[in-house]
Amino acid sequence: MANTKDTMTVKVWRGDKHGGAYHEFAVPRQDNQTVLDVVSWLQQNRDPNLSYRFACRVGMCGSCAMMVNGTPRWTCRTHVNKVLDANTLVVAPLRNLPPIKDLVADMDPFFDKWIEAGGHHDPSASRFDAMPQIAPDDTKRAVANESIECINCAVCYAACDTVAHNENYLGPAALQRAWTLYNDEKVNDTDAVLAAVSGKGGCHNCHSQGSCSLYCPNELNPMRAIAGLKSATIKHQLKRGR
Amino acid sequence: MDIRLYMAQRLSAIIMIPLVFGHLGVMIYAIQGGLSASEILSRTQGSVFWFLFYGLFVIAVSVHGAIGLRTILSEFLRLNDLALDAIMWGFGLVSIFMGARAVSAVTWL
Repeated sequence: MANTKDTMTVKVWRGDKHGGAYHEFAVPRQDNQTVLDVVSWLQQNRDPNLSYRFACRVGMCGSCAMMVNGTPRWTCRTHVNKVLDANTLVVAPLRNLPPIKDLVADMDPFFDKWIEAGGHHDPSASRFDAMPQIAPDDTKRAVANESIECINCAVCYAACDTVAHNENYLGPAALQRAWTLYNDEKVNDTDAVLAAVSGKGGCHNCHSQGSCSLYCPNELNPMRAIAGLKSATIKHQLKRGR
Repeated sequence: MDIRLYMAQRLSAIIMIPLVFGHLGVMIYAIQGGLSASEILSRTQGSVFWFLFYGLFVIAVSVHGAIGLRTILSEFLRLNDLALDAIMWGFGLVSIFMGARAVSAVTWL
């Protein structure tokens, strides 16, 4: 910490699924410092028992998302300078997911819903068939492209108030994935995708509050994807004449 | 909320849009010249148009409100499906009954 100029107050949530509390630390400020740097510094210098997740450190793996001053963020790409409030940083595990320990949230509900929303590949052809030719400027391909950069960080899931109030709701990431699959030529049964998002926890629960699109670190637009699903499911339902 | 409730709520909303504006417009228009209740009733009683206008309004409002109430209770009280459906149907049917009474009183001879 050679270039230390000052310190800031960092409150870190410590605990597990039974409860916890914020522990306060003084951490040296640096000119260029991410929230993940701060958490790592704490773990290495102050509190070796502190648990947290990270892997790539460059915004690709989606492992390090946490609540930072009440907002879900990818901590590896969040500069302290931009989020510091009254020289204080409050770091907590992601909202809407059960905490395992300290800053590590249990991602199982998030990924279970991903699967529930049809988020697996059901190919329309086998390896013996010719590859479908899809032009890059194909309309459906363009729609599918909008969402493929999702890194599964669960920031949108943590930001969503509908997820907070409705435990069945599949959430923005899973529904956005379903929308990608629906627009993918290589997916066999798009009706099954629509059926998977039309149930009790499906896309129709979305109130279009837009927190997912506001906080998505990759600037994707899950709200638009969910609107697409709503429209597609209704057209499908009307076509079936029921 | 599943897709059927969603569609019923959106459809009822589409029906209500022109009816709400018609309702507000008529209210404002009716009081401009200082029409009395009996003068208004003399215009509405026996009118098939106003019977259909407010009859449809009552049905749309009841469907829309009942489903909306179900969603609110589901998210804030986390009641089970059975309780939610019972409240939704109860609220909807009471709304239709009360609305139908009002419509019949205003439009029937």
